[in-house]
Amino acid sequence: MKEIPVTDIRNAVKELSIKANRELGQDTLDAFARYKEKETSPVGRDILDQLIENARIAREEGIPMCQDTGLSVIFLDLGQEVHLTGDLSQAINDGVREGYQEGYLRKSTCHPFTRKNIGDNTPAIIHLRLVPGDKVHLWVVPKGGGSENMSRLAMLPPSKGLAGAKELVIQTVKDAGPNPCPPMIVGVGIGGNFEVAPLLAKRALLRQVGERHSDPELAAIEEELLEKINNLGWGPQGLGGRTTALDVHLEMMPCHIASFPVAVNIQCHANRHLEVTF
Amino acid sequence: MSTDLTPVTYYLTTPLTDADVAKLNIGDRVFLSGIIYTGRDAAHRRLVELLDQGEDLPMDVKGQVIYYVGPSPASPGRVIGAAGPTTAYRMDAYAPRLLAKGLKAMVGKGKRADEVREAMVKHKAVYLTATGGAGALLSKCIKKVEIIAYEDLGPEAVRRMEVENMPTTVVNDVQGRDLYAVGREIYEIKS
Repeated sequence: MKEIPVTDIRNAVKELSIKANRELGQDTLDAFARYKEKETSPVGRDILDQLIENARIAREEGIPMCQDTGLSVIFLDLGQEVHLTGDLSQAINDGVREGYQEGYLRKSTCHPFTRKNIGDNTPAIIHLRLVPGDKVHLWVVPKGGGSENMSRLAMLPPSKGLAGAKELVIQTVKDAGPNPCPPMIVGVGIGGNFEVAPLLAKRALLRQVGERHSDPELAAIEEELLEKINNLGWGPQGLGGRTTALDVHLEMMPCHIASFPVAVNIQCHANRHLEVTF
Repeated sequence: MSTDLTPVTYYLTTPLTDADVAKLNIGDRVFLSGIIYTGRDAAHRRLVELLDQGEDLPMDVKGQVIYYVGPSPASPGRVIGAAGPTTAYRMDAYAPRLLAKGLKAMVGKGKRADEVREAMVKHKAVYLTATGGAGALLSKCIKKVEIIAYEDLGPEAVRRMEVENMPTTVVNDVQGRDLYAVGREIYEIKS
């Protein structure tokens, strides 16, 4: 049995919260440059330039790329042969608290009725999964509210079929328009049940921009959806253009014979997720 | 509706007059300078409650600009952290009340409700967008910041900011036009 003190997890959550908010991933930066070449709207190209410059300033000056430094979503794959010493939930929340304080990140959690700010960005949203082996894999995903608000879950009648699922994805992006800060990344979860489909959609967002699904059938659906989304014409910031989404990532699993859950989780261009293995 | 956009660039300094905003068309670039105020949903709720009670607002909004922003904290040596716009529809329930009081411009991102667009036409005001998610870039235009009300709201407190050449684009003009509708029409490819 391998022992890992939860203080290691706390320190990683703290450091990755700060780093993810300041340093946009190279995959997203490469996508900005790639799409700028293809963008026919002058306003759209100007906005992509602003995003490239924004990422440079954030990284070089050590400030968050976006003022919405996110709700802290934590994915943790815990190897069954690992013994964590200490209180894991508390360690994760301590890491968030320290990272958001020391990194000058915005505290964005509040009481849902009174809207009173909690003051330290806790509680984190924690998704824990037990996996074989003696490793711990941690993802820190600061998720913005604007794009989360434009996300959607539908329990479609199975008769709608794959065409119905595709239509839901396109309609969700069409309705969202400028609100979720396009160019966006669209996570799609198909199958599972009422709570799992959105989780599949969120996990799909952990993939690198430009990385296709390993299943060729799903990869083809991703490409088809990406093209249709970019044909909507919303463009960067919804001001008109050809770059509405940088990518579409789809994850799928079996569902009940009576159900057809489809979830669409929208990620803004501040595509923040970092991971580490212990 | 015409889909011809011939954007013009303007440099405007607050407070704004009716003439300043009446000349703006959708798609125009506006670089804002001077004093602007910040507010998000929680602050707007309190401002409208004051109006309901017949009381004065913490600032006179006549001729002014409200920027929908909840900045991240300033690190040492900076006046503010990242400070990009938040989604504007959450202020839609309150905005017409402030427009009736003489507010001339709102800066945010995302679509506005019909009632807000109608109120902009009626009271001669515009809705501008700054690039959402470009919080680090936009923070460079902010030269001074002071909290003037609702400090308990933290990032949502009302701030008075001095800005210099803050880059924005006109989304809704005083003629009631909407860049989000027109822009998409130009670039949509129908299957």
